[in-house]
Amino acid sequence: MSGIEFILAGMLAAATPFLLAALGELVVERAGVLNLGLEGMMAFGAAIGFIVVYEGGGHFAAFVAAGFAGVGLALIFGGLAVGLRANQVAVGLAVGILGQGLSSLVGNSYESLTITGLPKLAFPGLSDLPVVGGLFVQDIIVWLSLIATALIWAMFRYSRLGLILRAIGENPAAARAIGYRVNALRLCAVMFGGAMAGFAGAYAATVYTPLWADGMIAGRGWIALALVVFGTWLTGRIFFGACLFGAVSLASLVAQTEGWAVPSQLLSSLPYIVAIVVLGIITSNKRLLKINGVASLGEPFGP
Amino acid sequence: MPAPLLSLRNMTKTYGQTVANSAIDLDVAAGSIHAILGENGAGKSTLMKLIYGVERPDEGEVLWNGAPVHLTSPAEARRLGIGMVFQHFSLFETLTVVENISLIVPGSKADLATRIRALGQDFGLVVDPFAHVHALSVGERQRVEIIRCLLTEPRLLILDEPTSVLPPQAVGLLFDTLRRLRDGGVSILFISHKLDEIRALCDRATILRGGRVTGDVDPRDHDSHDLARMMIGRDMPAPLHLAPMPQGDLRLELSGLNHAPDDPFGMGLAGVTLRLHAGEILGIAGISGNGQAELSRLISGETVLPAARRDEIRMMDKAIGHLGPAERRALGFAFVPEERLGRGAVPDMSLADNSLLTAHPLGLLKRGLIDRQAEAKFTAGCIADFDVRTSGPEAEAGSLSGGNLQKFIMGREISLNPRLLFVAQPTWGVDIGAATAIRHRLVQMRNEGVAVLVISEELEELFEICDRIQVLHKGALSPSLDPRSEGPEEIGRWMIGAAGVAA
Repeated sequence: MSGIEFILAGMLAAATPFLLAALGELVVERAGVLNLGLEGMMAFGAAIGFIVVYEGGGHFAAFVAAGFAGVGLALIFGGLAVGLRANQVAVGLAVGILGQGLSSLVGNSYESLTITGLPKLAFPGLSDLPVVGGLFVQDIIVWLSLIATALIWAMFRYSRLGLILRAIGENPAAARAIGYRVNALRLCAVMFGGAMAGFAGAYAATVYTPLWADGMIAGRGWIALALVVFGTWLTGRIFFGACLFGAVSLASLVAQTEGWAVPSQLLSSLPYIVAIVVLGIITSNKRLLKINGVASLGEPFGP
Repeated sequence: MPAPLLSLRNMTKTYGQTVANSAIDLDVAAGSIHAILGENGAGKSTLMKLIYGVERPDEGEVLWNGAPVHLTSPAEARRLGIGMVFQHFSLFETLTVVENISLIVPGSKADLATRIRALGQDFGLVVDPFAHVHALSVGERQRVEIIRCLLTEPRLLILDEPTSVLPPQAVGLLFDTLRRLRDGGVSILFISHKLDEIRALCDRATILRGGRVTGDVDPRDHDSHDLARMMIGRDMPAPLHLAPMPQGDLRLELSGLNHAPDDPFGMGLAGVTLRLHAGEILGIAGISGNGQAELSRLISGETVLPAARRDEIRMMDKAIGHLGPAERRALGFAFVPEERLGRGAVPDMSLADNSLLTAHPLGLLKRGLIDRQAEAKFTAGCIADFDVRTSGPEAEAGSLSGGNLQKFIMGREISLNPRLLFVAQPTWGVDIGAATAIRHRLVQMRNEGVAVLVISEELEELFEICDRIQVLHKGALSPSLDPRSEGPEEIGRWMIGAAGVAA
């Protein structure tokens, strides 16, 4: 298998943790809330998901439990940041640290244990194509993530709910004046984001690398946060961004196996370097940011 | 006699120490245009928020068709049939017109677009349903707000200062629309402080002063003097008379100034040219959003030009386009910005510390350290000379009312003895007494040989104090017009870009 084939075959699975977390965060930020606790929510979801599978609960139960774990942390975040209008940055960081701490605590006795992941499902016909065939052999969660991407894209583009979320993110005072319950809707968005972060963590720990190691999320939550800005709050761009990060993280593996004389530390920092460069390019386009950006992002709203 | 559509009984609302509304009674008859007349700060906006359910009253009762109701949210008010067009629009800029409307009105976009067009035809409210709101003019946005309200089929439509954003020609169109709505059975609550408009349009007027009702009259039976007395508690101040002055030296010159804004929703400037001499007041008229914000930042030095284009702005006969605000002030420039809190003054700092911000060259510093005594003395001087109502130099700037803070900022800038004074919206949100004092002071500065530049949306104000007027429309400045020979209609044509085009 050549390097290209390897990257194409693994890219979507590598992108899925980024994608799920970023899609959740997209909904949260569109509603005007900045959730910096993403990394901790993913870590806690990962630990809970791993434990459920290891204890024999199966993957379905693991994802449900991880989702609830994410929602639990999101409720703490939302209660403080939306309900009590605390500073979103401070509360987000605090809840993130709490999530990482909880993940270390509950995962402590499972360190270095392994489980089995999920089988790959081939898309008939397309999976036999040369070079790109590997793209069409993926596990069920990857397929579901692609469907979720399409649904969220359609929600923002066509549905009334998407319109309402964009409205409360742009001008919460006006949204309230025309009769929407801004903070209730924001809390729902935050809970959705928490559930997606939990799923993302569970995917990383039970499917993508089915073993438990403390700190295994390893910055994916921060990359997902960057992806939302990187994609200028547009679903399609976030999807491509996630694929790019998936590919870059696999490229570092390819480089190592090919024996390129590049320090491995440099290769594993590649996704972050790419994130910084791309963010720099994107944020220099003020017009794009103003039109797609969220005007009230990070500002608590009180009646 | 049928019960009024809406009745308020004994409505009272206080914010901390301030009584915004005190025991207000109001009856709006079905099928009438009812005015709420009052100065800025008289409690009009608070009263509307109570009616529309944005705020809850401390005391009082609301009757709708004679039955008591509790208005706890705007959604509740809308269910009853109350619609509101806000002074500062409540539209979402990144959405299209039809998307904005679909947030309130059910129905598919195609269906809504048809209804928007039909309503536009019937009431003269033409607007493209698929345009993005940020691309619309202020007048078009107001039409969108009105259409959005009308599609909810209200029984009562509240308009908060609707004409403040319109050129004179568009005011007539709006009034025609409102009369047609009234004839169609919709009652209208029209909030304004403009006496002529109320006398031209309204069937009934309730007058507020200091949060209390001071009159409930038929405005057609009273002349402007009577209404003004009820509104401000005394006679209108006498107008100013400008004595001609010999032309002094050139203090400010813009030559062919072009500017592309950083903000994509901002307005660029195209070939702005003006000349301002010592001893004259030049007014910049125009509807806000036509480049006023960009122009004022360029003149104040908050936006600087590249050094190669420094000649496009000249002050006191020096090319200064590339210099920042402090260097421009050092040449004798003083500036009172439109936003008092945040740009003119720091809300959390005391008045004394706020004086220091621009008046530090007047001996308020000793060896680089603040001389607190000199600072307090200077501030007390400003407070006394400009009749600022406050507890003293230690009061926080944010605790002053808009008019008092404006008087303080004007006082601070005038105390710098500037050679060129630039004031944006000098009397915006200021009561009539303070506004008159500010205008007198500007004219006095002019008579002492200062060059004064005023940006204002209030045409009457510009006609009162200006030697010359230029109109800003879509980032372009009209030639100099003489307010003594050109009427408001001519200025109004420039405001909507209809003048000078055919020529």
